Amino acid sequence: MTLKLRELTEKTEQFGSGHALCAGCAEPVAVRQVLAALVNPPVVALATGCLEVATTRFPDTTWKVPVIHSAFENAATTISGVEAAYKALVRKGRMEPRPLTFLVFGGDGATYDIGFQWLSGALERGHKFIYVCLNNEGYMNTGIQRSSATLLGAWTTTTPAGDVRPGKLQWHKDMTRIIAAHNIPYVAQAAVHNWKDLMTKVRKAEAADGPAFINVITPCDRGWRFDTDKTMEVSRLMVESGLWPLYEVENGVWRMTGGGQKRRPVIDALKSQKRFSHITTNGDESVVAEIQRRVDAEWESLQQLCEMSARAESES
Amino acid sequence: MTTKQKASITLPAPLAINGGEAVAYAMRQIDPEVVAAYPITPQTFIIERFSEYVADGLVSTEYINVESEHAALSACVGACAAGGRAQTATSGPGLALMFEIVWVASGMRLPLVMHLCSRALSAPLNILCDHSDAMAMRESSWIMMFGSNPQEAYDQAIVAPTVAEHPDVLLPFANVLDGFTVTHSVERVDVLPDEDAKSFVGEYEPERWALQPGGGATFGGLDANDFYFEHKRQQVEAMDNSLEVVRRQLDKYAELSGRKMSLVEEYLLDDAEVALVVLGSSEGMVRAAIDQARADGIKVGMLRVRLFRPFPVADVRKALSGVAAVGVLDRAIAFGAPANALMQDIVMATRTLPERPLLMDFVYGLGGRNTPKQMFREAIDHVVLAKEQGAEPESPAYLGLR
Repeated sequence: MTLKLRELTEKTEQFGSGHALCAGCAEPVAVRQVLAALVNPPVVALATGCLEVATTRFPDTTWKVPVIHSAFENAATTISGVEAAYKALVRKGRMEPRPLTFLVFGGDGATYDIGFQWLSGALERGHKFIYVCLNNEGYMNTGIQRSSATLLGAWTTTTPAGDVRPGKLQWHKDMTRIIAAHNIPYVAQAAVHNWKDLMTKVRKAEAADGPAFINVITPCDRGWRFDTDKTMEVSRLMVESGLWPLYEVENGVWRMTGGGQKRRPVIDALKSQKRFSHITTNGDESVVAEIQRRVDAEWESLQQLCEMSARAESES
Repeated sequence: MTTKQKASITLPAPLAINGGEAVAYAMRQIDPEVVAAYPITPQTFIIERFSEYVADGLVSTEYINVESEHAALSACVGACAAGGRAQTATSGPGLALMFEIVWVASGMRLPLVMHLCSRALSAPLNILCDHSDAMAMRESSWIMMFGSNPQEAYDQAIVAPTVAEHPDVLLPFANVLDGFTVTHSVERVDVLPDEDAKSFVGEYEPERWALQPGGGATFGGLDANDFYFEHKRQQVEAMDNSLEVVRRQLDKYAELSGRKMSLVEEYLLDDAEVALVVLGSSEGMVRAAIDQARADGIKVGMLRVRLFRPFPVADVRKALSGVAAVGVLDRAIAFGAPANALMQDIVMATRTLPERPLLMDFVYGLGGRNTPKQMFREAIDHVVLAKEQGAEPESPAYLGLR
């Protein structure tokens, strides 16, 4: 279960070179970390999105493991079918049992919005799979439109900053906590700059007795408007400002992970991304203040859940 | 009915079951790796009965109680790409919700099977039979076969995977049975012994599958303008290939079951001067109307199209050659089209006959409207009149419309 760097370096790369994702994209970093962390060989289902279109263009493929793409919203259901087929083929004696990990990659559009029902259904049914959300807080594949993961005040092409509207008007959906409410064995938030935390979570997800969900923040230099060499720095700022807390819910126990969190104001993270430049440079601080207020409240709520878990653990 | 009697095997006694139960019985014998379905009237008999087989351990199937029809077909796509035989069942609005994945399944060349219990599409909400659902999928590269009674629903269900999975085909298969008229009607159904059904169907042996040990293929990737067109052309070839595969499999099945099924079924067409063309369960009433008209001296026959996709053009042409006037019975409206769906096909199939019959279109039975014998007799009289006048009506007639 423990990650050993030496062993990781010896693993064969399962995600090849030559994909068409943008320079500076965090997604291939996340995918490589996930694949390297797995103990078992995976069978992957992809939702339609940046990762899928940039890695599966016929007649080429970036994937050295089996991958199935069917549509935008149904990757969790696709893997349900794969997992079910595996069980039945083994039960029928048509295939020898072998360790396999069923894995899904979907963006925030596929996860928070259009595929919400399919994911919720698959989690409730209890299929053994890991769902990894590559959350870049928008529909980047179609050209940077807002999603329900997009932060308040962010510029997108469907929430442009105009004379009367300061970018996106709504607070984002807290998908990780919604997934936690499905009472599945393992739920976590992770970030690509903290590879050790992310990969440890993948190991735990793989070992979980049932479905697991990991929500990974994957900064998008094109959509968030930062230079291509700043991806890891922006990812770190999202975590350090409390905009993307790193935590896990393991069999109902809430726990902060990764360290180094909530030691900066949100303005530090917002200023690193030009999608917020209209609210960070116009002298009107009200939107930034609202973001800070909501982040503080959510942070407090998260700490309370973790403290309750710790108390319950120490009492039992 | 003649059945092959084996020395050591007693044939199962005929069952008195409805069409939904007949399909479930076939599914038990086929024992697919995965069944995923969402309940919708009038499909529910199939999945409830099959759930009992699962609960009693009579199948190895992994049954997925999905949260929608879209998910039902999505799970089948995943299961089939993974290497399992996968089946689902639905009706009208359920098919409409699946629609995106209907095209994904055929485009990915996955030979899964859907039992479509045909039902009207909303709105207005209507749970009863017509063919609006089936007609909406007719260009989606699925093999589509219409049965007319519980026996055929069973027989076609056994044949379906053997056509879909044929290496020259690899396309999904829709076994269409009329909602209520077939799904809920209890009739005598003769079934194969389990071992005969299982050996006829065999196992799904795909060339590439996601769970293949050592396999690493990418399924369902992106095609740009450099390959999409070619892949669609390959689907055309697969669809063309499937016609003779269907014919062969129906013949093979007849050897086993003693029940002969053809791509099109003819009734009293040999000397017919006029004819009706029909799909599905209305066949019975059409036959009754024909018997009545024959008794009145009208030389009328019937052509029932069993294999609707691919459309058996040569068989239809042959059957209708020499007939002077033909009435086509459409149980769905193709709004705004120059003709309704079955009529379009009959026009194209007969257009190069040396003496093309006069054609007229009838719309009937929408939303479960009754389909009595007298109504089809009325249609026959219309066709006879058209023949006598030597003129084709420009618009369809609406039978049973108040």
